[in-house]
Amino acid sequence: MATMNMLQAINNALDIAMAEDEKVICFGEDVGIFGGVFRATSHLQEKYGKARCFNTPLVEQGIIGFANGLAAQGSVPVAEIQFADYIFPAFDQIVNETAKYRYRSGDLFNVGGLTIRTPYGGGIAGGLYHSQSPEAYFTHTPGLKVVVPRNPYQAKGLLLAAIRDPDPVLFLEPKRLYRASVGEVPEDDYQLQIGEADVIKEGSDITLVGWGAQMEVIGKAVELAEEQGIACEVIDLRSLLPWDADTVVESVLKTGRLVVSHEAPLTGGFAGEIAATVQERCFLYLESPIRRVTGLDTPFPLALEKEYLPDHLKIFEAIRESVNF
Amino acid sequence: MMTNHVHQPAFMTGDEFSIDTFSLLDAEGELYRGASEPALERDHARRLYQAMLATRILDERMMAAQRQGRLSFYMQCVGEEAAVIGATAALDDADMIMAQYREQGALMYRGFSIDEFMNQLFGNELDYGKGRQMPVHYGSRKLHYMTISSPLATQIPQATGYAYGQKLAGDGLCTLTFFGEGAASEGDFHAALNMASVHKVPVIFFCRNNGYAISTPAVEQFAADGIAPRAFGYHMHVIRVDGNDVLAVFEATRQARKIAVEQNQPVLIEAMTYRLAAHSSSDDPSGYRLKSEEETWRLKDPVLRMQKWLMKKGWWSEEEETREQETRRQEVLDTMKRAEKRTAPPLESLVSDVYADVTPELQRQFDQLKKHIRRYPEAYPRGARSLDLDVDTANDAQGDA
Repeated sequence: MATMNMLQAINNALDIAMAEDEKVICFGEDVGIFGGVFRATSHLQEKYGKARCFNTPLVEQGIIGFANGLAAQGSVPVAEIQFADYIFPAFDQIVNETAKYRYRSGDLFNVGGLTIRTPYGGGIAGGLYHSQSPEAYFTHTPGLKVVVPRNPYQAKGLLLAAIRDPDPVLFLEPKRLYRASVGEVPEDDYQLQIGEADVIKEGSDITLVGWGAQMEVIGKAVELAEEQGIACEVIDLRSLLPWDADTVVESVLKTGRLVVSHEAPLTGGFAGEIAATVQERCFLYLESPIRRVTGLDTPFPLALEKEYLPDHLKIFEAIRESVNF
Repeated sequence: MMTNHVHQPAFMTGDEFSIDTFSLLDAEGELYRGASEPALERDHARRLYQAMLATRILDERMMAAQRQGRLSFYMQCVGEEAAVIGATAALDDADMIMAQYREQGALMYRGFSIDEFMNQLFGNELDYGKGRQMPVHYGSRKLHYMTISSPLATQIPQATGYAYGQKLAGDGLCTLTFFGEGAASEGDFHAALNMASVHKVPVIFFCRNNGYAISTPAVEQFAADGIAPRAFGYHMHVIRVDGNDVLAVFEATRQARKIAVEQNQPVLIEAMTYRLAAHSSSDDPSGYRLKSEEETWRLKDPVLRMQKWLMKKGWWSEEEETREQETRRQEVLDTMKRAEKRTAPPLESLVSDVYADVTPELQRQFDQLKKHIRRYPEAYPRGARSLDLDVDTANDAQGDA
């Protein structure tokens, strides 16, 4: 075991993947000698050479188009989009190409080797264009997998799984936690199962569901709730597409109450999908309405970021209201 | 790059450069004075011409079938056979081709059978694409022809990536990507060329400048002298070629391929040609262009030009022409009859290949759908039939795809 922050864990996963398989290739804007603006790819170019770790021109649609072709050829590209806010020029390549490659060719060709890494989320005074959580645009796209780690241990195990997964994976990294989240991480190779939620804490009164950086916020809210004697069950979804409905449903059948939280705006957010599924499968067991604690239906703000974000107090209030319904 | 400093402002427009058009054969199939014949041997030349002829025949027959209501949709290559097949013939057969959608000639040249064409066109149980895409969205792994995708220009940066992988693999192969002059307006085109040049990738960008993007003429697509000058902006080798002159296309592509694989440098080829047919079976050119314009291009027919050259060389004869046309027409008709009678792909193909394995959630949705179809079988005859059979015909393929 070693103590690592999330960036070190990600860097370590990339290092292991590149050492193991020479088909693994990392690229993106500033990814080369500089090691990425967050340093996730530090020293990879030194170790594996310019052909396998390099800067690209500043063109997201080109990066993903290139990555699709490279993956179709049989390589294992790990493409970085510098901020999730800038993934949209590549939306066509991801939604119409990456996601549909296998299906449209009847499995003659696929881009299963592709992993797209991108930092997402707010809380870093990033304003409109360095804070967004675009996961719901992609969870609406069959053919993609969407994975979000919550801490360094999860980041390494899930990223290694994503790189080796037979399907293309969009790997959303909570950049607020890049350096803030520190933990024990095995130095050896290991993988965590994509598509399986993680029950972080068991409890009988209410279920809380989230992913990525929001798990830390949920944790704080749970501390407040437990002080008041409310026993919370906490689930990190980890993978949004496919998502582990069984684990969530099983929990809500037990607790009868559910709060889902994400930073992205409410309307059309992934919490809606979870709520719909849970009401369908747990209808007669629900003790109170399912609550969603999310960002507002606005662009991501700057000066009023704190007010916008679904913080621990907002989640705590939702827990209280749900329990007292 | 060194720059010369001047002390009075001087603007440039690109008119300072003019790009020539490389051509070898005139409309009568004669070599131009000063032109030399490319190294194209008899059998190779015949293979090339037979693919051109077969493509023309397939297009004529399938367009007629579409008009009879037997086929939902079709797109013809008519007028562009020399550009597409001439380029393909100059490649190694193991080079990857990433085409737009009008390049069935490339597949014909590489030996895609009429059966294989038909199965895709009718989206039947033997279609490699499992009946998922509209007609003409062919693909073949064994023939190194990437499955067609409708969104325009997405294949261009993919070709750059694919070729980068070929370069790392060191297999001496390259990728050629076809696209139209309209698709070259998409951002993906520019992204692809820039990245290919920066990363020194063995890829050939082959633009079929056929004058029209559906109804939009080239003059409303770009203000510059075609697509070729864009290569300067990326410091890329470029050549413009008479796209109806198969020998010129062949020779230009042959030399482009040498640059690509020997120097790891991308090349842009702009083939000047004309889309003699409508954009697709859903289009009617009489609304946007003159018959007289079409007639002037009919006189430059690339298939006829090649045929004249071959006959002058004694490599092809009237008798062979007649026999080949009859055989091919009959083959297309017979094959079409077989293909249209075949059943649709099995219901299971609705959910397979979304992922490597069907996810539990998708399986749940599929089970629900099957239950529903069993309740209302007459509303879903294809799905119901597949369920009745209760056998998995998905693996009942016709051999290597």
